[in-house]
Amino acid sequence: MSVTTLLEGWSDWRHEHPINDQPHNPYKWAMSIDLDACTGCNACSVACYAENNLPVVGKEKYAHGQVMHWLRIERYWDEDGREFPDQGARFLPMMCQQCEAAPCETVCPVGATNHTPDGLNSQIYNRCIGSRYCSANCPFKVRYFNWYDYPTTDNVWPAEMNQQLNPDVTVRGKGVMEKCTFCVQRLREAESNAKSQGRVVRDGEVQTACQQVCLPGAITFGNLVDPESKVHKKWQAQQVELAKDVQAKDKEEGGSKLRGYRILEELRPYPSVMYLERVRDSAI
Amino acid sequence: MKDIREDIAWAKINKDVLHSLENPRKMFWVMLVVAIAMVGVGVGCEAYQYITGMGVANMDNPHVWGLYIASFIFWIGMSHSGTLLSAILHLMHADWRKPIYRFAEAMTTFSLMTAGLFVFVHLGRAWQVYYAIPYPNERGIWPNFQSPLLWDAMAIFTYLSSSILFLYVGMIPDLAICRDNMNPGWRKKLYTALALGWEGTDRQWRNFRVTYLTIACFLIPLAVSVHSIVASDFAMSQQPGWHITSFPPYFVAGALYSGCAAIITLFIILRYVFRFEEYMTLPILKKIVRLTFAISMVWTYLNMIEMASVWYGHDPVAKDTLLERMYGPYAPFWWSMIFCGSIVPLIMAFKRFQTNIPVMFVVSLLLNLGMWLERWMIVSPTFAHGYYPWTWDHDQWPSFVQWGIVFGSFGWFTLLFMGFCKLFPSVSMYEVKEMVYHRSLATKAAAGKLEAAGKGAH
Repeated sequence: MSVTTLLEGWSDWRHEHPINDQPHNPYKWAMSIDLDACTGCNACSVACYAENNLPVVGKEKYAHGQVMHWLRIERYWDEDGREFPDQGARFLPMMCQQCEAAPCETVCPVGATNHTPDGLNSQIYNRCIGSRYCSANCPFKVRYFNWYDYPTTDNVWPAEMNQQLNPDVTVRGKGVMEKCTFCVQRLREAESNAKSQGRVVRDGEVQTACQQVCLPGAITFGNLVDPESKVHKKWQAQQVELAKDVQAKDKEEGGSKLRGYRILEELRPYPSVMYLERVRDSAI
Repeated sequence: MKDIREDIAWAKINKDVLHSLENPRKMFWVMLVVAIAMVGVGVGCEAYQYITGMGVANMDNPHVWGLYIASFIFWIGMSHSGTLLSAILHLMHADWRKPIYRFAEAMTTFSLMTAGLFVFVHLGRAWQVYYAIPYPNERGIWPNFQSPLLWDAMAIFTYLSSSILFLYVGMIPDLAICRDNMNPGWRKKLYTALALGWEGTDRQWRNFRVTYLTIACFLIPLAVSVHSIVASDFAMSQQPGWHITSFPPYFVAGALYSGCAAIITLFIILRYVFRFEEYMTLPILKKIVRLTFAISMVWTYLNMIEMASVWYGHDPVAKDTLLERMYGPYAPFWWSMIFCGSIVPLIMAFKRFQTNIPVMFVVSLLLNLGMWLERWMIVSPTFAHGYYPWTWDHDQWPSFVQWGIVFGSFGWFTLLFMGFCKLFPSVSMYEVKEMVYHRSLATKAAAGKLEAAGKGAH
């Protein structure tokens, strides 16, 4: 704990964004979500609840906007003057985009949110003092604050339901911020196993909970710097690059056959989640 | 009209100001009980929130900030009054500040103490607020120096300690007068301790002047930087409606505005309560009113600049956010802010109202209401209409807990201020004497010129 620590440690983990000076090695976890395959079934959201000990807040608090779903299914409708306006929703699964230049990381006063070498945005519950500046700065609003002490609140995990809690994940008390971690507990276990065997994690060896339950296979997750991984191939096929804020799709005049895009890219957070645009009826 | 009469005797000045320190009348105790009750409401609400969780404040995703941040900025803003009056006008040799800067500085110190409370109240895990302090710890972790909130913490701490120092050092000659004129008792002991053995020798006065001037020169950039840093809490974020480079000067202008309006309010109150008509004269009120008017026009200009930069800029979301402020759910508050902040001060341009005490009292309260609304209108509408459409589906309003704590903060400030006015001289006796002396010199010089010109003295 000294000024030397401050200066050396600072330069170690605060590096040029997004990754130009320190390319990810050997892991960079990323995701690709196919919006054409997504049916909005919410299985991924429920799986996330189960895997990460998310509290179910109840109807009243949900209506108040205090819901805790790390992965949410958003519904959008076209305003095209159709006969039944509520039908035909488009679904978008939205979770923490694990931005390479995350707007949340710089603004936490105590440094509770940082970037890991394998490309995740980390949230350290013990350090969080609940200033909520990270959530204020997040363009996607994917950070969820523990507005109440859910472990001690009735009906969150009534009676035997607490037996389904995942022992690999903490149960958060009131006043801390939480968000999707790409199931970091699974990643760390897989990385540890692989390291003890002297290799890197293979594609498909570790899955996030949402990816695991998605029936149509809309969610692809893996190591972006592994050239054999599905997610790498998908990103490559869509010509989406992690460290760019304008992709090939945007540059093409008069529309593009490419479907891959990242949300709110113009704000330059360099998200790690690529979405594949829904194939519209008009395009066929 | 003269700012002060030139024939007030030194003994009279002492007597008048020390009279304010005598045992209070019944009304003081009534007001004190009211203030304590207000603080009680605030404490009760905070206790409920501390135990149950921030959810009782009705905050949610995405409205993660509310009245606490707004009031925090408001109280920091109000604290700029003292610095403006004591330090800036001191460097500009504006003598008319002399009878009024003491209570303005006290206002600065207590505003900062009130603002500090809001930092604590706003945190989800308030009991760990010390994580933000860079002290040697067993975890070996420093706080995050990239964060504007942390710059806030450091800036405010510096500003508070400097303001207390400034207030105290400036009071030393007055504390000596109190010490010398007080009957033996606990108060005489207090003043004797605080006066640090001041005797008013030439050497002490010379050192005093240099110290006071040094702290004043140090405090001015500090005050400007503190509120610029508070502004950068917003300006350094990416959110629409916040990411504007003119925010730091806009906030500083708003702070000076708020502070000056509060000076007018307290001026009128103290003048009436302590019968300080000789010192807090109407010509001085006129000057502070005109200064407030000038600052109100600066604030109006910067407000228009902010709106113009959004209107003519390339960010459609920021433009939408601005339009939402004008006709969305917060519209009545936004328009009230415009009315109180830009229309109401126009009354101060008219000589007829500049020394009209009831009108100026109401106007100053409305100006501060406008400034409080401004802070709220900066914080909440951006959350209500940010970049992400999924978040636009519900409105959010603060709960009684938030209102209760804001209400309590006014009681806390009143409590501190009332205590100050009863324990310490709220008019600077030695500076008033200087002012009277200079005025008498000026009168003699004028009379001398008249004589020399053959027109005869009075």
